[in-house]
Amino acid sequence: MLSKSDRDYGTPPRTSDRLVTLEVDGREVTVPEGTSVLRAAALADVAIPKLCATDALEPFGSCRLCLVQVEGRNGYPASCTTPAEPGMKVRTKSEMLERLRRGLMELYMSDHPPDRAACAGNGNCELHAMADVVGLGEVRYGGDGRNHLAARRDASNPYFAFDPARCIVCSRCVRACEEIQGTFALTIDGRGFNSVVSPSQHQPFLESECVSCGACVQACPTDALIEKSMLEKGVAARSVTTTCGYCGVGCSFKAEVKGDEIVRMLPHKDGMPNHGHACVKGRFAWGYATHPDRVLRPMVREGTSDAWREVSWEEAIGCAAKRLREIQAKYGLGSIGGITSSRCTNEETYLVQKMVRAAFGNNNVDTCARVCHSPTGYGLKTAFGTSAGTQDFDSVLHADVMLVTGCNPTDGHPVFASLMKRRLREGAKLIVADPRAIDLVRTPHIEAAYHLQLLPGTNVALINAITHVVLSEGLAKEDFVRERCEWPAYELWKKFILEKRNSPEVMAPLIGTPADQIRAAARLYATARNAVIYYGLGVTEHSQGSTMVLGMANLAMATGNLGREGVGVNPLRGQNNVQGSCDMGSFPHELTGYRHLSDAATRGSFEAAWGVKLDPEPGLRIPNMFDAALDGSFKGLYVEGEDIAQSDPNTHHVAAALSAMECVIVHDIFFNETAKFAHVFLPGSSFLEKDGTFTNSERRISRVRKVLPPMAGKADWEVTCELSTAFGYPMHYAHPCEIMEEIARLTPTFAGVSYEKLDRLGSVQWPCNDKAPAGTPVMHIGQFVRGKGRFVITEYIPTDEKTGPRFPLILTTGRILFQYNVGTQTRRTANVVWHHEDLLEIHPHDAEQRGVRDGAWVKISSRAGETTMRAQITERVPPGVVYTTFHHQSSGTNLVTTENSDWATNCPEYKVTAVQVMPAAGPGAHRAAGQGADARAAVDR
Amino acid sequence: MDIHHLVAMANQIADFFRTANPDRAAAVAATAQHLRDFWEPRMRREIIAHLAGGGGEGLNQIARDAVRVLESEASAKATG
Repeated sequence: MLSKSDRDYGTPPRTSDRLVTLEVDGREVTVPEGTSVLRAAALADVAIPKLCATDALEPFGSCRLCLVQVEGRNGYPASCTTPAEPGMKVRTKSEMLERLRRGLMELYMSDHPPDRAACAGNGNCELHAMADVVGLGEVRYGGDGRNHLAARRDASNPYFAFDPARCIVCSRCVRACEEIQGTFALTIDGRGFNSVVSPSQHQPFLESECVSCGACVQACPTDALIEKSMLEKGVAARSVTTTCGYCGVGCSFKAEVKGDEIVRMLPHKDGMPNHGHACVKGRFAWGYATHPDRVLRPMVREGTSDAWREVSWEEAIGCAAKRLREIQAKYGLGSIGGITSSRCTNEETYLVQKMVRAAFGNNNVDTCARVCHSPTGYGLKTAFGTSAGTQDFDSVLHADVMLVTGCNPTDGHPVFASLMKRRLREGAKLIVADPRAIDLVRTPHIEAAYHLQLLPGTNVALINAITHVVLSEGLAKEDFVRERCEWPAYELWKKFILEKRNSPEVMAPLIGTPADQIRAAARLYATARNAVIYYGLGVTEHSQGSTMVLGMANLAMATGNLGREGVGVNPLRGQNNVQGSCDMGSFPHELTGYRHLSDAATRGSFEAAWGVKLDPEPGLRIPNMFDAALDGSFKGLYVEGEDIAQSDPNTHHVAAALSAMECVIVHDIFFNETAKFAHVFLPGSSFLEKDGTFTNSERRISRVRKVLPPMAGKADWEVTCELSTAFGYPMHYAHPCEIMEEIARLTPTFAGVSYEKLDRLGSVQWPCNDKAPAGTPVMHIGQFVRGKGRFVITEYIPTDEKTGPRFPLILTTGRILFQYNVGTQTRRTANVVWHHEDLLEIHPHDAEQRGVRDGAWVKISSRAGETTMRAQITERVPPGVVYTTFHHQSSGTNLVTTENSDWATNCPEYKVTAVQVMPAAGPGAHRAAGQGADARAAVDR
Repeated sequence: MDIHHLVAMANQIADFFRTANPDRAAAVAATAQHLRDFWEPRMRREIIAHLAGGGGEGLNQIARDAVRVLESEASAKATG
């Protein structure tokens, strides 16, 4: 159910150039044509009783409670399904209306548990509220008739329960599943009195197709569908608006709190990224924040074989600073560095890079975006002039064709996927380019026009072939190119693309997709009124990740699909603050706002503000730090919020590098894999325990607000300040808003950002400055940030990671809806009910050849190492390709991935590893070692 | 640092700019610029030393020429 504080207008808003003026109970109101009478009345501050209507859903007209009278018309129409008309005079109150409504409510209440006090909604229940509104006293029918009061409760879902006895069959849950989430897991089964809500085919929720987004729970006007946390803790006393700590959609939530406990996370109706929707992770999987595994006391130890010693904050920070200073004194200025994370706020990542540059005196700072979207930064900056997606999320509602490549939105970015699905159900066409049949390829009411099932590693070959069709068939928009792009570069590029070797017919055998499919998909994209590209790590995590980003930019420019709504090139960022951590100057070669260190003017502004001279040379990137550690020139590392030992490729290499360091400082909420190599552990604070901002995939800066006090006593930004101060470079801020003020002063694209503005507007999308004080939803309108768009030749260069007799299959990796990244958070929630281990997907043909059985253990070997996991035989993957996720430490997925990386950015090539898969007798030794290590760590502490 | 790794990385960069540029000189210049922009000085020092000391084994021609540009710059800087 909705929060009491959320005003509900009954039906969704309409947009129209034409306005309609009507009268409701004598009050004149003007609304866009198509607006319902119910909404018009609400806008005139006239509340009409309602149950089946809510402004999150299209009108349905089933409860009949919103009856009105219209002058000059017969009957009592439902105001939710009656459009407002010019001159209409509506009466919402009369003796007859009140009698009708009371009669309806009496019928509802006659089949509802009579004990009002037992209602878990406790004040939020719309049914009881409406009973009060219509003045229903007692129910005359008694409890002896047929009813549903003994219907069986379904508590199978770990997060919510369904009590059919409390259901009024208003269909809000069914409609929410269809219209908002787009899963169609629910239906009303039966007719008349026998009507019941049915998940899939009368299955318990847990076993049904339900993806636990919770839209049905939120839509339910009674407590028939209700969060178990509300049943346990009761109704919240207060709520705090904040931003989700999971994926790059960056949903806005109201954290509802009672005392010092979260009661529930309710998606914020006015949240721009999510419009009141959420997924299973954001809405429900927040229990990790208070999990007993949280480490709440700082710890130090001399060597990694010594036992940990709990110490005071002062001692831990002092020890960390002293060791780093000693290392620098012994090995030189460049022997230490820091890594920040996309799970940290903008303010935190800003402070880490400031500490490294100003206190450590070098530029050895990097962020985990290195291993995900760094090629996006390089590619989009080169082509367009800035390292960010071009659109806001809502832009997808204007798209006619979507090219979705290398991303799996229904799993990785579920709330945005729901918006995409809505547009696809409205008729937009879909092209999926992915080695794997992701859910979007065929899902209820949606089927991709083309699924280009390319082989991993052939993205650039495919984008070149698509673009070859566009140019060779005269589908390019050269007027756009002439006006908006560098024409000479276009001509050079065009000549290259038109070479026959880039044609679908020549490339198809390499790509593994029929040429006619590529041609047809290219025509569909190029001839659409608005065509848009969405992509993810399936693009970037390749040796040609940056080249592919450039290739997509070329395609969008050549077809004129930039600079307006419904088009663009849009990275879907994996973690909540990937965009922000990159914006904040966390890469070793650039300062905030993507300005290279070599630019003396930019550097000068920071030097003046920070009072130090900055090194103009780029620092080490994460993989370079590992290499330098192994050669003995990099000895000290501060890691905030990132588990490099689990998430980076070639675990053996990473472990060797971390072992070679003399001081590793881990600053995290859990004792993660990296902490096993650490000498100092600083307890972190979760997103619920601090103030700051996150910037999502659409460049939207949203507030993170402290909901609870930091469990370990300090917010992460405070710890970084203290470490820097102890190191010798004092940093003092009273509140993160002061950090943002500094960022805004030093960063032209953030010049107009302030906490005051974020509080006032809810969120803003950068660039936000004098030219765009309210932010910029769509970029590159009229002109690219760099002036003219730049075409770059994108030759397909196959990866060095080759299959052969020893390693004949290609392993590619991805994620699943219920888990997040390396699972640090979601593994500590009930989400493990759905996904408790990583599985290796293998095609039936490959399984048959190897004697692999479904569910049996298999050994996966690569040039880097080997691991074991259970097999899942499926045709989701094509022959020759195997796939797994990397959410569980025990899977050791990165034991087999290699250090191959993107040519421009060193982003690892996670998506292409040559492997062999063979049956195994059972789990490998690393599993026992990994699990044992967790236990040891706990004992050591 | 692992020189084989540095050589492989430099070759990858050079391969991109070799194909992305109309002429060889531009490819060499772009490769050198990329190394300046994104490689930490010790990485550049080591690849320069690899070329100067060991003949640059494994480096492709564009990468070799780009490293030579960096080498000249470093020498000029060293001599003042």
